[in-house]
Amino acid sequence: MIRIESLHFHYPGTDFQLAIPRLSVAAGEKVAVVGPSGSGKTTLLNLIAGILTTGDGEVQVGDVRVNALPDADRRDFRISTIGFVFQDFELLDYLTVWDNILHPYRITGALTLKGEVRDRARGLAEQMGIADKLGRRPGHLSQGEKQRTAICRALLTRPALILADEATGNLDPDNKVRILDLLFRSVDEHGATLLAVTHDHGLLQRFSRVVDFFAFRSGAGGVA
Amino acid sequence: MTDSLYVAWQYIRYNKVKTATLVACITLIGFLPLVLERLLRESERQLAARAATTPLVVGAKGSALDLVMSTLYFGDEMPERITMKAARQVTDSDLAIAIPLYVRFKARDFPIVGTTLDYFDFRGLQVSRGRQLAILGECVLGATAANRLGLGVGDSLVSSPENLFDLAGVYPLKMQVVGILHRTHTSDDLAVFVDLKTAWVIEGLGHGHEDLTRTRDQSVILKRTEGNVAATAKLMHFQEITAENMDSFHFHGDTTVYPATAVIAVPNDAKSGTILRGRYLGSGGEYQIVVPEEVIDSLLQNIFRIKNVIEAVILIVGFATILAIVLVFSLSLRLRQREIETIFKLGCSRLTTVRLLSAEVGIILVGSGVLCLALLGAVAPFENELVRSLIIR
Repeated sequence: MIRIESLHFHYPGTDFQLAIPRLSVAAGEKVAVVGPSGSGKTTLLNLIAGILTTGDGEVQVGDVRVNALPDADRRDFRISTIGFVFQDFELLDYLTVWDNILHPYRITGALTLKGEVRDRARGLAEQMGIADKLGRRPGHLSQGEKQRTAICRALLTRPALILADEATGNLDPDNKVRILDLLFRSVDEHGATLLAVTHDHGLLQRFSRVVDFFAFRSGAGGVA
Repeated sequence: MTDSLYVAWQYIRYNKVKTATLVACITLIGFLPLVLERLLRESERQLAARAATTPLVVGAKGSALDLVMSTLYFGDEMPERITMKAARQVTDSDLAIAIPLYVRFKARDFPIVGTTLDYFDFRGLQVSRGRQLAILGECVLGATAANRLGLGVGDSLVSSPENLFDLAGVYPLKMQVVGILHRTHTSDDLAVFVDLKTAWVIEGLGHGHEDLTRTRDQSVILKRTEGNVAATAKLMHFQEITAENMDSFHFHGDTTVYPATAVIAVPNDAKSGTILRGRYLGSGGEYQIVVPEEVIDSLLQNIFRIKNVIEAVILIVGFATILAIVLVFSLSLRLRQREIETIFKLGCSRLTTVRLLSAEVGIILVGSGVLCLALLGAVAPFENELVRSLIIR
């Protein structure tokens, strides 16, 4: 699903350098990415999603060589292939849960909001246990409910790849387990691949594989 | 685009206070100069049209503007009183028709205009209901006055006392409404017309009371001499003129020195008008003669000078407000930076982001425009009255 070769990236004007000689993730895998803060975990997710790009190395997702795509195509690739789940949920306060879930369809011309999409959104909300919260705004939700909403939003476009950036970082221990269960189940049901950045070592055994960024930065390569 | 409008609308709904403030500011920037322009245009129309149809006005020396405003628009300005001698002078000159006016009293805030029937012919005022003035104590109402007072033919209207605590002052007179005039969209619509003599009765110069030569109540007799009976203050004056008591109404003294506020002089022709003007300009007499059109032209010039100043102030305030609005939008953009990054990560293009933000600005601008038009529409029916209360009065 993901294949990275000889990737080098740095933010202009900083000392930060990310070098990944080789990393591959198979379709359907659930991979955890760990490493110290500032080691480039989020940067990696952004490179895979095409939000950041570099001409040095190769980032391939499925059949698409992401870093070779022009801007507009990268956006279309992102909206059709990637589902994002963020640590801070990144829900829009002024939209209801329902509108937050449907939001990807309202901000891009590449997707069309049809009745079938609405049915799917309703199904996802039921699956995540927030069907009775659809009319509420994020300000009236618990942290767990917010993250479930964010997961619904990420899954609605039926992405082949879910990128979760510390998706459980702001949750209490009970919710962490519950949200991860829901995420795993949804990923399985949708036949998606999961790449999740996490600081929570207690959850690592649940992933099929762990990529340690400390190893990348020390030049030892990823640890499976 | 529909989706952009939907999302923008949700944002606007959520931020009600901010939106309301912005809409109010933008609406005011648009509304103030527009309403000012319309009011001034209406005032120009009202002032100029009436002045143009009133050739000459004779009145007491003093403020020509007060004289014209009182004579043409029955405004609150009270020019010095003149006597009916002024009307006699105009008539005796054989150069013009004299139409005396006495505008001093009010009935429930509407001016009582004491005049002669010539005034109705001169202004082309037609009775739409009822009839013209015929006897003492009757009144004919302008269309707006009748409407606002809720009065019709057969009703009565009481003149307002000038001062509640002045026992020696003007007593209220109950007048019979005998006619309602057609609407003319001029100050005549707001007037209560009475015969000049009725106005003098309101002033107390003419009155009616029981016949002292036949009264049995001796306490009302102060002194009885050959051919004359003097009454005490106990004598009750009639407050209403009826068929029964009309004969008892009488005027004391010489009516040629009875008061008026102005005399409209309608010259026979332009030459007569010029000669008449010359007579007043050349003499050191007690009256002045003015051409209302010239007085109003001068007033309009002053009004438009003030308008220019107000417009300059509005322009500066508007510019400052627009800067503040731009600041609000740019600060709002900063606050929403994270949201913008999120939707970008979700796949939103920069162009769509701009479209979303433009939709918000567009909704606010359209909302402000609609509100501005609604306010202008709401003000429109009251323009006439606003002009009267803000500019004419």
